[in-house]
Amino acid sequence: MSNSSSQAAARYNNNFLKEVEAMVEEGNWVKMCMQCGVCSGSCPTNFQAGWDHPPQEIFMMIRAGKREEVLTSQSMWMCTSCYNCIVRCPRKLPITHIMHGLANYAHRLGIAPKNQPTRHFAKLFWNNCIQTGRVNELKLSLGLYFRDGFKQGIINGLAMKDVGLGLLKAKRLNPFELFKPHGCKDQKGIHAMLKKAHEIEERRKAIKTA
Amino acid sequence: MAVEKKVAAYICQGCGLGERLDTAALVDVVKKEGKIQQVKPHPFLCSNAGVAMIQNDIDNEGVSHIMIGACSRRSKTDAFNFPEVAMARANLREGVIWIRPDTEEARETTQEMAEDYLRMGCAEIKTMRQPEGNPNTGTSRTLLVVGGGITGMTAALEAAKTGYPVVLVEKSGQLGGWAAKLYKRVPSHEPYKAPVDNGVADMVSAIEADPNIKVYLNATIAKTSGAPGRFQAEIATESGSTVTEDVGAIVQATGFALYDANKLPEFGYGKSPNVVDQGGLEQLAREAAERGGPILRPSDGQPVKSVVFVQCAGQRDASGTHLAYCSGHCCNTSIKQAMYFKDVNADIDTTVLYTDLRTPGNGEDFYRSGQEKGVIFTKGKVSSVEPAGNTCKVNFHDLILDDQHACIENADLVVLATGQVPNSGVNIDFKAVEGEEAAAEVEKKTISILNLDYRQGKDVPQLKYGFTDSHFICFPYETRRTGIYTAGPVRRPMDIAQAREDATGATLKAIQALENAAIGSAAHPRSGDLSYPSVRMEGCTQCKRCTVECPFGAIDEDAKGYPLMNESRCRRCGTCMGACPVRVISFENYSVDTVGSQIKAVSIPDEFSEKPRILVLACENDAYPAMDMAAMNRTEASAFVRVVPVRCLGSVNTIWITDALNSGYDGVMLMGCKHGDEYQCHFVKGSELANYRMSKIDDTLKGFNLETDRVQTYEVAITDIDRVPKLINDFEKRMFEIGMSPFKGF
Repeated sequence: MSNSSSQAAARYNNNFLKEVEAMVEEGNWVKMCMQCGVCSGSCPTNFQAGWDHPPQEIFMMIRAGKREEVLTSQSMWMCTSCYNCIVRCPRKLPITHIMHGLANYAHRLGIAPKNQPTRHFAKLFWNNCIQTGRVNELKLSLGLYFRDGFKQGIINGLAMKDVGLGLLKAKRLNPFELFKPHGCKDQKGIHAMLKKAHEIEERRKAIKTA
Repeated sequence: MAVEKKVAAYICQGCGLGERLDTAALVDVVKKEGKIQQVKPHPFLCSNAGVAMIQNDIDNEGVSHIMIGACSRRSKTDAFNFPEVAMARANLREGVIWIRPDTEEARETTQEMAEDYLRMGCAEIKTMRQPEGNPNTGTSRTLLVVGGGITGMTAALEAAKTGYPVVLVEKSGQLGGWAAKLYKRVPSHEPYKAPVDNGVADMVSAIEADPNIKVYLNATIAKTSGAPGRFQAEIATESGSTVTEDVGAIVQATGFALYDANKLPEFGYGKSPNVVDQGGLEQLAREAAERGGPILRPSDGQPVKSVVFVQCAGQRDASGTHLAYCSGHCCNTSIKQAMYFKDVNADIDTTVLYTDLRTPGNGEDFYRSGQEKGVIFTKGKVSSVEPAGNTCKVNFHDLILDDQHACIENADLVVLATGQVPNSGVNIDFKAVEGEEAAAEVEKKTISILNLDYRQGKDVPQLKYGFTDSHFICFPYETRRTGIYTAGPVRRPMDIAQAREDATGATLKAIQALENAAIGSAAHPRSGDLSYPSVRMEGCTQCKRCTVECPFGAIDEDAKGYPLMNESRCRRCGTCMGACPVRVISFENYSVDTVGSQIKAVSIPDEFSEKPRILVLACENDAYPAMDMAAMNRTEASAFVRVVPVRCLGSVNTIWITDALNSGYDGVMLMGCKHGDEYQCHFVKGSELANYRMSKIDDTLKGFNLETDRVQTYEVAITDIDRVPKLINDFEKRMFEIGMSPFKGF
C-alpha cells in the first residue's frame, strides 16, 4: 500500500479494492462489476431502512476507496440471501457471497456496526451451533429477546407467549432444553471438524495476503 | 434494334383474371381504343407455352413492342424477360382484381379499372422505344483509391484480389495512415482478450508485392474529370509533375483526424505535458516499446504509476461547442490503451472515466478482459483536469455515488478520448449553413480532395458534421457522384474492423459501377437499366434547372450554356425530366410522353356518374411495392384510382398534374419517399424536389378555380402496406366530399 498523506488522495486509487480482493471472500469479483444496476433493482430489501447502499453502490464505493464507509455500512447486513442478484447479474458476479464476505470482513476487523441485529443474530446462531452441534431454538430466541436488556427481554417474551404456549402444547418446545440442551452424537468430532476448517481458512488467507 | 415498329398485346387469363374479368371486352378495348390489332389472350401467360408464344411473335412475326396485361410489373420478371423488345405491362392482378371485392356490384367498376389499365398500357407502349444503352461508355477497369490507410489499403488489396488493377494515391510519404501510428490495435478475432499487432506492415508488403497495385506516395489528386468507366485522374506527384491515370471508379478513403484537443483547455490539454489525446498515448507507448521500458510521463520521464482515461472529451456534446456525435471506437481504444499499462505492470492504477461505455462489435469480450486485468471503470462526468507539478488532479461528478466533487489526485497521465473528424473535402453545400461557427468550419476545409471537374463542385456532398453523404438505409457507400464511393471514417466514425468491412463493400460497389458503365448500363439502384436521358436541344431554353437539380452532378454545361449530359454519371432517376419546364428531356422508355399519354388514355366518366378518377403517381422503389404487397394481402382499395409508377417522384413533371386536372381527373396523389435530413429517397433529392415543385401547384389549382385538396403529396415507405390503401380510400372519400371536378368532358 502507498503511503498516501491525506484521505482524499487515497480516494479513487485501487488500494481498498486490492484489500477487498485479498481479504474478502469472492472479493476478487468486485472489479468485474460493470455498474448496470440490475442487482440493486432486483434486491427485495430495496428501500428498507438500513439499505443505504445497494450492491452496485457498494462495489463503486470499494473502487472509490471509501474503506470506512463500506466496512461500517449496514447495507451488507441487510442481505436476505435470496440470490436474485446472482441470478440476474450479466457479469455473473457472486453478489450475495461478496456481500456476506464484506460483512464477515467488517466483523473480523471489529468495525461492523455495533448492535447490528443481523450480526447479533449471526453470532448467537453460530455460538449456539458450535457448542452442541445443534441449534437450540429456545436458547437462540431467548438470546434474541434479551438483546436489549432484561426488561425488554421480558416484554419481548410476553409478547410471544401465545406462540410459545402453542408450541409447548404441540410438544414442539421443551423448557428443560434451556438447562440441558441435547447435542449431536459426536460433539467432539464436530469441534475437531470446525477447528480443521478454521485452520484451512487461515492458511488460505495467509497465502492470499502474502 | 427494331427496324419496323410492330406492336402486339397479350392478355393473361390466369390467377383468376379470366374468371373475374370479361376477356372478350378487354380484347375489344385493346383493338378499338388501344388500336393494337394483334391481341392474344392466354390462359396462363407466364407458363412456358405463353412465353413461347410471345417469343415466337418476336422472332418470327417481327414484333418489336409488346404490351402485357397480366400481373404487376414487379412480378414474373424472369418469365416476361424480352430484352430485345420494348415492353409495357398493365397491372391487372395486383392493381385490379386483388384489391377489389369479388361481388356482383363491384364487377362493373372492376372491369372498368382493368380496361383503363389496358388503355394506359397501349398508350405507353406506343410512345416507348427499346433502350439501346448509353453509347458514351468507358471501359477502364482500373480502380482509383484515394488514401493509403487501413481502409484504402484494404480496398486496394480486395480489388486486386478480384483482378482489377488499382492506383493508390497517398498524401503522406508512407502507407498505413492512422493505424501505422498505433502501437497495437483492438483484436478482431477470438478470444478478444489482448491488443494485437496493428497489421499495417503485412498489408504494406502485400501491396508492394502486388503488381496490380500502383502506389503514389506524397501525391494528391489535382483534378478528376470524366465519368464512371472513363475517369481521368490527374495526380500531382512528389516530383512536382502531374501524371494522368485513366480509371473506371473511385474509392475515397481519406479517413479522419483526431478532434483538436487544444479546444479542450478545461481538461488541461496544453497546460500540462502529461495530458495527451489518444494519439499522443500511442506515441508514448511506441516510444516505450522501442526503448523496452515502461511508459513514461512526458513532464519528467518518470514511469507512470496511475493513468486516467477521460472518455467523450469534446464528444457527444449537447452544447454545440464540440462534436455532437459518438466516434464509436474510443471506448475500445481506451480499454486497449489501459491494457498497455496493465499488461506490463498490474500495479499501475488505470481508471476509465466514462458516462456511457460503448463497445461495438466484439468489444464486450475485450471490455470483460480489461476488467479481469484490473482496469477500473468509473461512471463519471469529468468537469476539469488541474495540472499540479508532475501530476494532475481530475475532478469529476461520480454518477453512481452522485458525488459532485469526486476527484482523482496524483494522476501521472491523463488521456483524452477526443474522437474523429472526417477528412472530407470542400463542403459544396456550404451556402445552406449559416453562422460564424460554420464559417470557421468551411475556412478549415478549403482544400479539395478529389478536385472534381464537375459543374456542381469539387468534392462529394456532405451529410452531417462533414461526413460524406451516403444513403444510410439502402446504399451506405453511395455518394451523390456516380462511380465515386467513400469508405471508412470519412463516411462515418468507425474503428479498424468496421473500416475494413466498409472498404470491402465500397470496393465491390465500385467494381459494379465500372462494369455497368462498360456496358452502358446504369449504376445502382437502377443497375441493368440501359435507357439514358437525351435532350432535344433545339427546344432548350438554357434555364439550367436540369443541371442544378440533378442530384448526381451528371449534367454539365457546354460552351454555349446548353446541358451537357454525362450519361455514365446518370442514375436514370429522371429528376432532370421532371425539372425541365419545356419538357425536352426524355428517356427511350420513360418520358413526359409515356406517362402523359397513359394519363390521357384513361376514360373519364361524366360529372354525374359518381365515378371519380384519381391519379396516383407512385415511386416505384417504395410506394408501388407497398401497393403490390397490400394487394397480396387482398386489402381492398378504391376502384377509382389509376396508378402510374414513376422512377422517382423527382421525375414528375408538373405538366402531368396540369394535364390530369385539365382532362377531368378529380384528384392527384403523389407518393414518394421521406425527404429532408433523414431522407430515404433512393435518388437523394428527388422526393424533396418533387415536394418543392408540388408546393407551386397550389397556384395552378387556384388558377383553375379548383380546391387545393385535389393534389396531395405523401411520404410513403415500403413498409406502409396498411397505410397506403387507407390513404387512397381516405382520398377517395375526400373527393366525394368536395364533389366531382368541373373539367370533365371538355
